[in-house]
Amino acid sequence: MTAALEVVTVSLAPTRHPFARALRRPQFAIGMAVLAFWILVIVTVSWWAPYGPLEETGARLQSPNGSHWLGTDTLGRDVLTRTLYGARYSLPTAAAVIGLTVLIGSLLGALAGFRGGWIDTVIMRSSDVVLAFPPILLAMAVAAALGPGLRNTVLALIVVWWPIYARLLRGQVISIRHREHIEAAVSVGVPKRRILRRHILPLATTPVLINATMDFGQVVLLTASLSFLGLGAVPPTPEWGVLIDEGSRNFYQWWIALAPGVAILSVVLAFNFLGDSLRDLFDPRGR
Amino acid sequence: MSEPLLELSDLHVKFPTPSGAIHAVRGLDLTVHAGEVVGIVGESGSGKSVSMLSVLGLHGPAAEVSGSVTFRGRELIGAPASELRHLRGGRIGMIFQDPMTSLNPALTVGRQLSEAVIVHQKGSKRAAGERAIDLLDMVSMPNPTARLRSYPHELSGGMRQRVMIAMAMANDPDLLIADEPTTALDVTTQAQILDVLGRIRSERNLAIAIITHDLGVVAGIADTVNVMYAGRIVERGAVEDVFYRHEHPYTSGLLACLPRLDSRSELLPIGGAPPALDALPLGCAFQDRCRHVTSACTEADVQLAPVGATESACVNAPIAVGVR
Amino acid sequence: MTEPLLRVSRLVKEFPARGSLLRKSKQVVQAVSDVSFDLHRGETLSIVGESGCGKSTTARCVMQILPPTSGSVQFDGQELTELPDEDLRRLRRRFQMVFQDPQASLNPRMTVRQILSEPLAVHDADPATIRPRVDELMQLVQLRAADLDRYAHQFSGGQRQRIGIARAIALSPDMIALDEPVSALDVSIQAEIIRLLEGLRDELGLAYLFIAHDLSVVRHLSDRVAVMYLGKIVESGTNEDVYEHSAHPYTQALLAAAPIPDPILERQRSRIIIEGEVPSPLDPPSGCRFRTRCWKATQRCADEEPPLTDPGVGHLVACHHPEEVNVVQRPVSDQKEHS
Repeated sequence: MTAALEVVTVSLAPTRHPFARALRRPQFAIGMAVLAFWILVIVTVSWWAPYGPLEETGARLQSPNGSHWLGTDTLGRDVLTRTLYGARYSLPTAAAVIGLTVLIGSLLGALAGFRGGWIDTVIMRSSDVVLAFPPILLAMAVAAALGPGLRNTVLALIVVWWPIYARLLRGQVISIRHREHIEAAVSVGVPKRRILRRHILPLATTPVLINATMDFGQVVLLTASLSFLGLGAVPPTPEWGVLIDEGSRNFYQWWIALAPGVAILSVVLAFNFLGDSLRDLFDPRGR
Repeated sequence: MSEPLLELSDLHVKFPTPSGAIHAVRGLDLTVHAGEVVGIVGESGSGKSVSMLSVLGLHGPAAEVSGSVTFRGRELIGAPASELRHLRGGRIGMIFQDPMTSLNPALTVGRQLSEAVIVHQKGSKRAAGERAIDLLDMVSMPNPTARLRSYPHELSGGMRQRVMIAMAMANDPDLLIADEPTTALDVTTQAQILDVLGRIRSERNLAIAIITHDLGVVAGIADTVNVMYAGRIVERGAVEDVFYRHEHPYTSGLLACLPRLDSRSELLPIGGAPPALDALPLGCAFQDRCRHVTSACTEADVQLAPVGATESACVNAPIAVGVR
Repeated sequence: MTEPLLRVSRLVKEFPARGSLLRKSKQVVQAVSDVSFDLHRGETLSIVGESGCGKSTTARCVMQILPPTSGSVQFDGQELTELPDEDLRRLRRRFQMVFQDPQASLNPRMTVRQILSEPLAVHDADPATIRPRVDELMQLVQLRAADLDRYAHQFSGGQRQRIGIARAIALSPDMIALDEPVSALDVSIQAEIIRLLEGLRDELGLAYLFIAHDLSVVRHLSDRVAVMYLGKIVESGTNEDVYEHSAHPYTQALLAAAPIPDPILERQRSRIIIEGEVPSPLDPPSGCRFRTRCWKATQRCADEEPPLTDPGVGHLVACHHPEEVNVVQRPVSDQKEHS
């Protein structure tokens, strides 16, 4: 019912800081906590990890015990340490992918949406082609062509992922372009380039932010999948997918795969929570 | 004076919000008699829509409604949902501003009309179908038989509003509550709809409670007028009395700031803005904008009292502001 | 008579139609069909009509926010439709616009200061003058300069519209087009904004092209009025001509339908209820577009489109059977209901 909104209040009080408000919501708090945890791990793990990630202690395939809380793998390496170090590979890779994808995709999408015409057609048809492939297959193909290693993984995933942001931004630009404040800017005499820069793009960032946050988990998963298949990070790099691959070959030593699996799960969940809460936060009612 | 059909007594409606409760309706008394057209006018935030939505319990669960609303003697506040459902579309019909959101876009007009009949009258589908055509005739819908098969989005605004009226009239109600029924319509369409309402009213002795911000509409159709401000009625009376012999400064301010078709005289804006409903001043809510404000206005709540030709809620009335 | 500030000639705006694949409909919708008018310095010309008549589209074409399909728009002697982009952009400082929705027409991510500074900045104002000018603009529209660093959503509807007006006068234009500037506002706020517009008009010598559907507001503000129906101007003249001596049946129906807040007058006025709806612009009626709802329609009205001329009443009417009637004053005539 719109009845409650009949009230005309001129509220010129300062709004409470959005971050503080956000922390009240359990989803957001949990997401931030997990993220904070992993960032802490990435930065500090080398100072306090019980062993080195490549250190072979000679105690092979030990189930979790007092000196190896999550047990050891086939080469006697401490699973807990390797899992924690794995964050240093999985997360920054995903961040690089998301960062570059958003940048490249958005630029192309904004261009397509703003200029229209043949630019739009070329960009959109290219994105159609890419999107027609199942992402993991395409990623596999590109990664296989480029060769192993995380750097190539990043490239492969960018190739697969950019159309999503191109489309997103193009759609945003097109819808914003017709809004009245754009007409107002035109009538004032604002040059086109400035309209794009100051009047369209700033409003398009919110959906991109939300999307990027939620995609983060997906990218971590995809990276791990490629490594699992041998197309991404190369052993002995303790990237989580590699760890799971090792674990899959020692199925009865359940602790080897469990730890990295839980790590991935935590990241995917955390970013889903964050993305969801961001979406709720930026809902128009929050104005 | 006959028994009132609808009577609201000391109605209060509050909406809790994180920053404090919004007291949207603050002690409203209102009656509607059979066959009477009661106009409820006010600007946004006056509480006009909120008050009438309370009649049929149409607020969400968060709203706190207190006071009394009786229809033909039966108390509606706190009444069981089944009873309210029985009344809605039965003895009390309601039409809203935007027919598009009140009509089901997935069902044809004929289907929705028949349903409105069947839900309340338990007849055969055929009988309901025939009744649907009669209803469309009642609202002067051109090509009623063809219209039965149309979907709401295929109709113009005026036609959709006619369908809404037909649905509201499906079960021959005693009272029609019309919430801004013509606000979204073009002026010629508005004239058509008001004409339909006027005709139905006299043919069936229908009572109408019409909520609107448009004083011109009220001048044309209403028998009595209630002027609302900040959740209260500040002036009430027969339509001519309110327009020509009003006593409350808000009423006079409102009339003085309306541009008119028949003259080009100066507009006198009221100035200021309506108060925030979660931070009302003590005393009369209009005090910050009133030309005639005195200390008495800020001391205590002001009630509606008969002054001259109308009832008005002003401690300083009569001020002889009713100048025409 | 001096040269008009704005001269619009034979303006046409077509939109590609999305008709049903099955029906043989015309390919285009003519939202504006052969519209011509002048606007002089300091004058207020209003274009009134109901939804779909093309008045907003006309304004946007005049402002070159939408490119006209054909026709000419001359501002101070310069043909806007033929100007190179950069020249047009620079000339815009002399004709500005105020929009209907005070919320949507202001960038939600910009502070008021930024919104008001932008017109000055993009037209190469001396940076040192921008701040004081922005302060001055706030004063002119009766807002507090202290609120300049707030965002649009922190203001009420009426205040937002004042910001929109401040933006429009920032460059001291000669003309402002106003597209339903008070329709979205409460009645008491409307009056304030109307007064503000009147005051600014007198103080700054502005010409207004005022687009509205509210006949009472137009009555109050205008020097001259043009009535549009389905893309065409059906009647135009001075305020008095159109309101007190209307000769076109549609104008009369429109005026008769507009409510007056005066019970005795309102109930005794001539009532003209035209039946039916506005025909689809995809397939407008032949000849006179209003004939399908007009009580005077004859065969001639279907065969021949009436030109916009003066049939001897002192102003322009597009009708084959014009008849001067005053539908606004206390009438002596009886009820007329037409279908």
